[in-house]
Amino acid sequence: MSKARTSIVRTGAVHFALIAYTLVALFPVFLTIANSFKSRNAIFREPLAIPTPESFSLIGYETVLKQGDFIGYFQNSVVVTVVSIALVLLFGAMAAFALSEYRFRGNTLMGLYLALGIMIPIRLGTVAILQGMVATNLVNTLTALILVYTAQGLPLAVFILSEFMRTVSDDLKNAGRIDGLSEYAIFFRLVLPLIRPAMATVAVFTMIPIWNDLWFPLILAPAETTKTVTLGSQIFIGQFVTNWNAVLSALSLAIFPVLVLYVIFSRQLIRGITAGAVK
Amino acid sequence: MGSLQLKSIRKAYGGHEVLKGIDLEVKDGEFVIFVGPSGCGKSTLLRTIAGLEDATSGSVQIDGVEVGHVAPAKRGIAMVFQSYALYPHLTVKDNMGLGLKQAGVPRTEIDEKVGKAAGMLSLEPYLARRPAELSGGQRQRVAIGRAIVREPKLFLFDEPLSNLDAALRVNTRLEIARLHRSLRATMIYVTHDQVEAMTLADKIVVLNGGRIEQVGSPMELYNRPANLFVAGFIGSPQMNFIDGDRFGDGTAKTVGIRPEHIGLSRDGGDWKAKVIHVEHLGADTIVYLESDEVGPLTVRLFGEHRYAADEVVHATPVIGGMHRFDADGQVISSGH
Repeated sequence: MSKARTSIVRTGAVHFALIAYTLVALFPVFLTIANSFKSRNAIFREPLAIPTPESFSLIGYETVLKQGDFIGYFQNSVVVTVVSIALVLLFGAMAAFALSEYRFRGNTLMGLYLALGIMIPIRLGTVAILQGMVATNLVNTLTALILVYTAQGLPLAVFILSEFMRTVSDDLKNAGRIDGLSEYAIFFRLVLPLIRPAMATVAVFTMIPIWNDLWFPLILAPAETTKTVTLGSQIFIGQFVTNWNAVLSALSLAIFPVLVLYVIFSRQLIRGITAGAVK
Repeated sequence: MGSLQLKSIRKAYGGHEVLKGIDLEVKDGEFVIFVGPSGCGKSTLLRTIAGLEDATSGSVQIDGVEVGHVAPAKRGIAMVFQSYALYPHLTVKDNMGLGLKQAGVPRTEIDEKVGKAAGMLSLEPYLARRPAELSGGQRQRVAIGRAIVREPKLFLFDEPLSNLDAALRVNTRLEIARLHRSLRATMIYVTHDQVEAMTLADKIVVLNGGRIEQVGSPMELYNRPANLFVAGFIGSPQMNFIDGDRFGDGTAKTVGIRPEHIGLSRDGGDWKAKVIHVEHLGADTIVYLESDEVGPLTVRLFGEHRYAADEVVHATPVIGGMHRFDADGQVISSGH
């Protein structure tokens, strides 16, 4: 092995860069969580300090849980996110399979059309979407949010998944055809398990903007029963007075489910089940 | 049961024609090998027989029944792929039984058939494992087992040995030959390796550029090649081609002589030549020569022979080892 590759300076530099990035990325999370456990005065006096017995306070969490139906908001967020991810993955993978597996007229054009949404932000269509939702009586329902988020997530999902599906061995699909599997069985039982890592990637990319979105909940579903966590925490942010304890507590709570979902998906990212399938 | 008739099969992708009218008859129980260089259409032809590709025109009949519009699973075929194509999430047993399960065969019957096939291929110890836990040779045996279990009319092999190393390739080749004898099934096998073709086939189909060049038994192709392409493709090292004019032959444009049909002597012979390079293979010695009279020559001698580079020797063709070809590359006469 060459000396350059094992040199301490080099590994040190790489580790330094990675550690620095980790610190930068984790700092806001740390700040949010640490301050959510402090009293109001302590937050402003020493924002960077970790909670001490004197400054420790659960007032933020108490406010959050007392004011409004926070558990309900959570449920709404979880329902919207999970259902949207499921639909994005299902329809995205189906479209990707059709695009990558079958030769038909306009295949490339269709692929481009489906990928176009990556470049055009869906918020440009907000007015039309709202009109549509009003016309179909879907305003203030979770269905409205799910539909919009599914549309928002599909372009990237189709794009990434169709690239991955091209890498699944044709022989494997043909073996399935000879064994009498239907095209649906080939899709669900042979192809989907093999592209699980790609599905997890898409799920993570789809999940975060949905969970954090304020725009569409505010416009399409601002009713008390359909509020999401992000929208729910807005009641603590006023024009003149902001209840920082409550905001930070609400945010800390909102981080948690995202973390859980991420851990679930990232396990899939690492698992390589294709080994031994082909070659 | 398992005969196959192909009638003027054509296949085009866009404007590019891959198969240009293939007619072929395969009798029940025959071992037929499609051989040819890369891109000659042999795999496409096999996929057309399997139903994985639709022919642009022409008809495919299995046991006299037109199967052009029949799904692959209903054609009574089984296929073994180069890349094994095992289902990664299923055990060996389930891999082999999936086809029958899809066809609605009862569980006990599937178990019995899988057990029998596993016995033939000595796969019993691995039935509960997944493909990832098997070696390459074992995986290919599972793939063959999966084909046997279906009891097809036609076995289709798509370069099944290409991913195996040399020693395993010989073993698996023997296994396939043994299988063909014991099952008496019709087998169609695609390969670019002429050794596999020569050793396994009852009948070899040589393809080139989407057309059949010649169909015949291995020895027919070796002894009586129909044209220059077949003469050059079958046999290793390649047949020597000598310009007919240089040879002083009025009728033939090209004269072919196999390397093993030329004798070498230091004392005297027909053509004086200089040794360029010598390859010692133990059982054979391959000598490359450059002759002023007939150009470059490859000579294959049996056993060990000591020749040094730049040595001057005399080469003499064996009587009966010459193939004459006309200007179109078609054979005029063989073995005179």
